[in-house]
Amino acid sequence: MTRQQLLDLYFLDARHKLIEVAAFLDRVERAQGAEDFRLKSFRAALPHLSGRKRDRAKAILVAFSDPTTQAVAKAEGKGASGAWKRKK
Amino acid sequence: MNYIEPHAHMVSRTTDDYERMALAGCAAVCEPAFWAGFDRSSPAGFYDYFSQLTEHEPRRAAKFGLKHFCWLGINSKEAEDVKLAEEVIDLVPAFLGRGNVLGIGEIGLNKNSRNELRVLERQVELAAKHRQLILVHTPHLEDKLKGTRLILDVLKSDSRIAPERVIIDHVEEHTVELVLDCGMWAGMTLYPETKATPARAIDILERYGSERLWLNSACDWGVSDPLAVPKTALEMKKRGHTARAVEQVVFANPKNFLSQSPHFRIE
Repeated sequence: MTRQQLLDLYFLDARHKLIEVAAFLDRVERAQGAEDFRLKSFRAALPHLSGRKRDRAKAILVAFSDPTTQAVAKAEGKGASGAWKRKK
Repeated sequence: MNYIEPHAHMVSRTTDDYERMALAGCAAVCEPAFWAGFDRSSPAGFYDYFSQLTEHEPRRAAKFGLKHFCWLGINSKEAEDVKLAEEVIDLVPAFLGRGNVLGIGEIGLNKNSRNELRVLERQVELAAKHRQLILVHTPHLEDKLKGTRLILDVLKSDSRIAPERVIIDHVEEHTVELVLDCGMWAGMTLYPETKATPARAIDILERYGSERLWLNSACDWGVSDPLAVPKTALEMKKRGHTARAVEQVVFANPKNFLSQSPHFRIE
């Protein structure tokens, strides 16, 4: 597809999602209380959106990922939060 | 358009879903053994589940004209209890001869723990010993990249495992290349929030080619869509892919991989 055709197909959807991200940040920052590692990770991932880079989706997925390489001693629960929490 | 749903947890779905999938052109559905949403308390619970997958569910699917196949094993969410897992693994060989069993799956990692790795290695050993295909679940979200690397290390270290007989599921932009570079197949799961969307899955197809990729819904008891594959086929058409290219991804590819099992037969 041409760039024009892709814009016709996806621009409004991407615009909507970008505004949702902005509104999410506004909402979280209006709220009282401490933030946590997820918001820090989110902010750290945002610069990957800007500029004329390639592989933005991959870069953002990597930014949220556990960068360590060894198996952990024990599974603490079953769920995932979406952002890696550094062990203290 | 005919398609194959290569990963769906139909025990969690209603007959309405079977009907809608049949109406959308589904020719066969493949069901990996998975976590029920709660931990089973004994191997007997798994024995009953494996019986359900090999006896009851094929009959339910057949009422809608669908062929039903399954994969057997213990999922990584219940692998922290190694004793239980080993007892469950010991149950599997007795089921492998049943007519709808395709191989060992879905096995893999969840939180990338040592016990999960140990159970994964046991199940890879089981697959090698019985010459079975392997379907691998990769972890969720922040654990996926590390888990995929650990899983690939286990599989690559066993010379008996032919890469073309392994499908690594739930790949995304940061893991697909790792898998394809090893010569294995890669599955893209279409989830509303936590895995790939139709648009992103098609991006991956356009970038990496469709030779060893397939699409699945992995529909289960959570938020998921049993029609995600045909909806993505429609999106592919909107993106200008030919009917033949769509058919390759949603039918020919899973058929080619799954036909490595002597039990997989569809018209």
